Amino acid sequence: MRVLMKGTEAMAEAAIRAGCYAYFGYPITPQTELIHYMSRRMPEVKGVFLQAESEVSVINMVYGAAAAGVRVMTSSSSPGVSLMQEGISYLVGAQLPAVLINVMRGGPGLGNIQPSQSDYFQSTKGGGHGDYKLITFAPSSVSEAASLVYGAFDIAEKYRHPVMILADGALGQIMEPVSLPEHGLSKPSVKSWALTGAKGRSANKVLSFYLDPKTLEEHNLILQEKFKNVNEEIKFEEDIFDDMDVLAVAYGTVARILRSAVQRLRNEGKKIGFFRPISLWPFPEDALKSASRKSKLVFVSEMSYGQMLEDVRRVVPDDIEVKFYGRAGGVVPSPNELYLKLKSLLEGGM
Amino acid sequence: MSNQILERPRSLTGKQFHYCPGCHHGIIHRLIAETIDEFDLREKTIVVQPVGCAVYIYEYFDTDVSEAAHGRAPAVATAIKRVSKDKFVLTYQGDGDLAAIGTAEIVHAAARGENICVFFVNNAIYGMTGGQMAPTTLPGMKTATTPFGRDVKKQGYPIRVSEMLAPFDGVAYVERVMVSSSKHVIKAKNAVRKAFKYQLQEKGFSLVEFLSACPTGWGMPPVEAAKWVEENMAKQFPLGVYKEVGLDD
Ligand SMILES: Cc1ncc(C[n+]2csc(CCOP(=O)(O)OP(=O)(O)O)c2C)c(N)n1
Ligand code: SF4
Repeated sequence: MRVLMKGTEAMAEAAIRAGCYAYFGYPITPQTELIHYMSRRMPEVKGVFLQAESEVSVINMVYGAAAAGVRVMTSSSSPGVSLMQEGISYLVGAQLPAVLINVMRGGPGLGNIQPSQSDYFQSTKGGGHGDYKLITFAPSSVSEAASLVYGAFDIAEKYRHPVMILADGALGQIMEPVSLPEHGLSKPSVKSWALTGAKGRSANKVLSFYLDPKTLEEHNLILQEKFKNVNEEIKFEEDIFDDMDVLAVAYGTVARILRSAVQRLRNEGKKIGFFRPISLWPFPEDALKSASRKSKLVFVSEMSYGQMLEDVRRVVPDDIEVKFYGRAGGVVPSPNELYLKLKSLLEGGM
Repeated sequence: MSNQILERPRSLTGKQFHYCPGCHHGIIHRLIAETIDEFDLREKTIVVQPVGCAVYIYEYFDTDVSEAAHGRAPAVATAIKRVSKDKFVLTYQGDGDLAAIGTAEIVHAAARGENICVFFVNNAIYGMTGGQMAPTTLPGMKTATTPFGRDVKKQGYPIRVSEMLAPFDGVAYVERVMVSSSKHVIKAKNAVRKAFKYQLQEKGFSLVEFLSACPTGWGMPPVEAAKWVEENMAKQFPLGVYKEVGLDD
């Protein structure tokens, strides 16, 4: 059944249907409806809801619940996610699964409450201390946001690693029809390592503390090996053909806007393709590389001054030019704005 | 024939403590482990570990243990207890951990009345990082970062944690004890037992503060350090029960 829902609420309901048993949160715009929704729904499903005193506490509560072996989620927006970085590093170090939602807003600092994509680096390149990457998915519609949240619990457990859904203020706020997954299609795995009391087994320890350098190096190598396997989770959307003048690349809300600009140019007979990374880490490197080889030029647009751009540049062969157009501070580029940019590119301008 | 009158608590692994000679962490570990055994809780207990000298508690307690970042143990314990109400959850925290970086976490866990036990080791110094000033460092006391003695005009006054937390409505039991002599150890043991009962009877938050010697951080021989706890620390931090809402029979 399809229902009309706000992005934040669809993500909340998807989590509950995936078997999320505990939610910890702290209010911040533009994701407050998510915490409101959870405060009503978690008691109905006999789960745990708690509003903590800070995001620092929130992420450590997520850590505790994950260590105890239950499905746990939190959500926040940029400044709140900054406060969570310590705990995210600890989740990774202790190999704990959890689902984290960042509904990005404009920064740096207090910034504003408008949509933004300027936390790409923070999410995909570490953010906290230590050698790690965070599995990151970027939806571009309400219905995709819900399905990514739903699947994120399985992926988090599969790798014993936190998964972030990197949305933005626009996606959090728009209402769209969604068909939500049924309850319990995905089943929480049994966690032999979880802290449930040492009954009939030796004591379990959830740690990231390895004082001996050799042992810590070994632990890091195990993590690195795991990160390689995460390539199985690569997701992207593409609409390409063999002889393109321009390949337009974006993620999240900007991808949605860019797609309509691309469509308009296609209708005008222009040779333009479209590529949208859905998993930001792991980044769809091979797919983007081979798509870009079929084009004369690659165009990237983001609501930031070029963070994903660095990954695109890394992947696209050197002889293909990469052009960029970014807006920031909460300004969302309009379909016409992107249409005009692309059009002038196609005509040899920009 | 000989009768064994003392044995290692089952809840300890038997691994030798790494603590410095005369350090009270070891005695406090033992009191908690013995009480876990007495209440037959080994298979239900989850210990939340601090950073600080007791970061190694996971090596010593033969129970499930979760690490926590510096100061965050009360948040970690809150979640563990809330998602597994049938488990017995305790944190073990030093003064740097609980009264400096983790002040927000402890205040709010107490205010919410989380049904957990907090064992707070106040040695008036940061032991592990090399003897720097703690929020509990006594006025005039020399540390690595107050080489001329703590000057309250510059570094402020010590925080009295038991007195600070006791008034919260969510707090069920707070007592300050020390383990500097066998008489005091017996009293401390009773406080630990009581804290356990408060959680088992779901009465809310309980905290036992131990005045504890850090001979290394204080630059004193062990015997002198134990005396210093009694003569100086207990003046700044008076022993006693600060809150007790009452247990069922
Ligand atoms: C975020 C963070 N900051 C600083 C440290 C370094 N650190 C480790 S232990 C410690 C002091 C601990 O003192 P206390 O809690 O009093 O315990 P003690 O060592 O005295 O038993 C500090 C500052 C850390 N581990 N994490
Ligand atoms: S430094 Fe102090 S607190 Fe740490 S083990 Fe030594 S005596 Fe104990």
